[in-house]
Amino acid sequence: MAYFIQQLVNGITLGSIYGLIAIGYTMVYGIIGMINFAHGEIYMIGAFLSVLTFTMLGVTGVTWIPLALIMVLLVAMLFTSAYGWAVERVAYRPLRGSHRLAALISAIGMSLALQNYVLLTQGPGVKAIQPIIRGGISLYERGNFTVTLSYVQIFIILLTVVLMAIFATLIARTALGRAQRACEQDRGMATLLGINVDRTISLTFVMGAMLAAVAGLMVTLYYGVIDFFMGFVAGLKAFTAAVLGGIGSLPGAMLGGMLLGLVEAFWAGYFSVEYKDVASFGILVLVLIFMPTGLLGRPDIEKV
Amino acid sequence: MTAVFTAFKEAGLASLVAFLLALPLIGFRTNTTGTGLNFEFRWEALVVSVVIVFVGRCVLTSTRGLWQQSRLHLPSFGYLRSVIDRRRVSFAVIVVLVALLFPFMPEVDRRAIDLATLVLIYVMLGWGLNIVVGLAGLLDLGYVAFYAVGAYTFALLGTVYDWSFWGCLPIAGAVAAMFGVLLGYPVLRLRGDYLAIVTLGFGEIIRVVLTNWVALSGGPNGIAGIPRPTLFGLEFTRRTREGHSFHEYFDLPFSGDHRITFLYYVILILALVTNVFVLRIRKLPIGRAWEALREDEIACRSLGINPVNTKLSAFALGAMFGGLAGAFFASRNGFISPESFTFIESAIILSIVVLGGMGSQIGIVLAAAALILLPEALREFSEYRMLVFGLAMVLVMLWRPRGLLAHRKPTLTLYPSGSRTLK
Repeated sequence: MAYFIQQLVNGITLGSIYGLIAIGYTMVYGIIGMINFAHGEIYMIGAFLSVLTFTMLGVTGVTWIPLALIMVLLVAMLFTSAYGWAVERVAYRPLRGSHRLAALISAIGMSLALQNYVLLTQGPGVKAIQPIIRGGISLYERGNFTVTLSYVQIFIILLTVVLMAIFATLIARTALGRAQRACEQDRGMATLLGINVDRTISLTFVMGAMLAAVAGLMVTLYYGVIDFFMGFVAGLKAFTAAVLGGIGSLPGAMLGGMLLGLVEAFWAGYFSVEYKDVASFGILVLVLIFMPTGLLGRPDIEKV
Repeated sequence: MTAVFTAFKEAGLASLVAFLLALPLIGFRTNTTGTGLNFEFRWEALVVSVVIVFVGRCVLTSTRGLWQQSRLHLPSFGYLRSVIDRRRVSFAVIVVLVALLFPFMPEVDRRAIDLATLVLIYVMLGWGLNIVVGLAGLLDLGYVAFYAVGAYTFALLGTVYDWSFWGCLPIAGAVAAMFGVLLGYPVLRLRGDYLAIVTLGFGEIIRVVLTNWVALSGGPNGIAGIPRPTLFGLEFTRRTREGHSFHEYFDLPFSGDHRITFLYYVILILALVTNVFVLRIRKLPIGRAWEALREDEIACRSLGINPVNTKLSAFALGAMFGGLAGAFFASRNGFISPESFTFIESAIILSIVVLGGMGSQIGIVLAAAALILLPEALREFSEYRMLVFGLAMVLVMLWRPRGLLAHRKPTLTLYPSGSRTLK
């Protein structure tokens, strides 16, 4: 039981990170119908920026943790969103209106390029930082096994909840959110009604990149180890999460991320660490067979 | 004057963005030291990258008009396409002849033949995947899984049971096709992008299983000592037990080049078989059904075509050719490990199909040559190789979004071409 609760906590933490990345995929897919393959790389860049900023703060002597966290969050979000914007502007916008595969190949190329760009500029080695947030709460003790909820986990889960709330308000209440939903439904009509579609799509990428940067920060805090290749598997998982939840649906992305995080944590805890990726893709296949549009996705209307 | 001003304004904006992008990752670099991380500031690199973007943007803006004018007069790929279309048969004969005579041409050394073999493997994989992506219109991001299945099937049969390459080749193809059916049956009912992600996941599953199931696959160490193909039982080694080696039988001095050349011909024949197969099957009812399904699934269903079976056959046949190529790959290298079957391979094969123009057989040859030879040519700049490769993929897509030789018209139309436009 104690072990179960511990895996539950770990799974929710992991799921929050996946969910935040998955939102970037699902928003882009919803609005322009393409798989933004480079999104995993954006998350990786977010993690690198977090490590860089932490290092700089450490050298300059900012030691008050809340201030440091806020500064890192802002810096990482700002610069990562610049990358998200630039990727869309350079590699995807010129291909809008051409066939789907062209954009996909362009995205794969961009993903390769970004990965190797970071490899070249930051070096191939693993970057490790000291744990920033230490300690935790013991929830439950039995025998020699203690269930701990570390402060990092609390921080990650709380930050995810806060971001989700901000995000949901943004989509539901603001003009930008309305424009995004309009573009998702019918881009041509949205243009006719005076919505700047290009700008809306750019902002969608910026928002996705910001959330990915937060996920990058979280993973830096949680594991403390990053490398240039981390974006690929994380991106794959997050996309799986988005599909699992029903692609195009924002709550679905979060739900899918949570589900994937839990499956992975429990599988790693009870069966084998090596096959956890197999388990998550297996779940994906099972869900898609029985619910072809994902958990919360809308069924497609087939038109002749 | 205003034009110059606009150009400078645009370049200024671009370099501002470049500065924002370059500042954290090019400008600063974190280094691992004994006590933790520290960072260095590299302002030279930062300045250089911003200046490059500024100048590049200026040049791009000022030459944009010129480029658009001149493009009309350059012999474009469209021209090449029309030449190929008009002289289809003679063109094909010339290409095949060149390929057949390639090892005996002057200036062609061992390395060139080896590279050509590699290109041909990708040509074959491209033609195989083209059945799935180009003809049936199904997006498969995990094609490398079938390549791996073929390679491991032969590697295991060859090392454990000492079976020969030629005996295993059909088995490898059949096993890969079986995997194609097993994977395809549950997921082919899904819509395009779901299919893409499931195939991608399947590719990863195969790789993870191969890495971790040490008892079967040797894990990350892979399988070594895979038998080489033989020419009717003649081996290409210096000494054999029964004296059945190629050079002894034909009374030639031993040379390592024989084996390289032989491998080249084996893959050339395999690739040509794939090509003929695809060209012929396109004209059979099943091939027509694939293309019809790609164009309009609902219409197909209402005409009594079973979409699942039709897609499944495309998937299985594509997988089969992947498996055949995999068996050849294992036999050529003599060693395989899961590292050869990563997602990037799937991405390269898919890029070959898309760059080639989806459905164009000769386009795939061009794209495979470009994508395999480009990293080889960049070998001297090995550090920048994959960066340039990725950027080149983006640029080619921006330049020709429909592929080098765009060709997606159905082989059979009700109306003569031109009288009715298809999507």
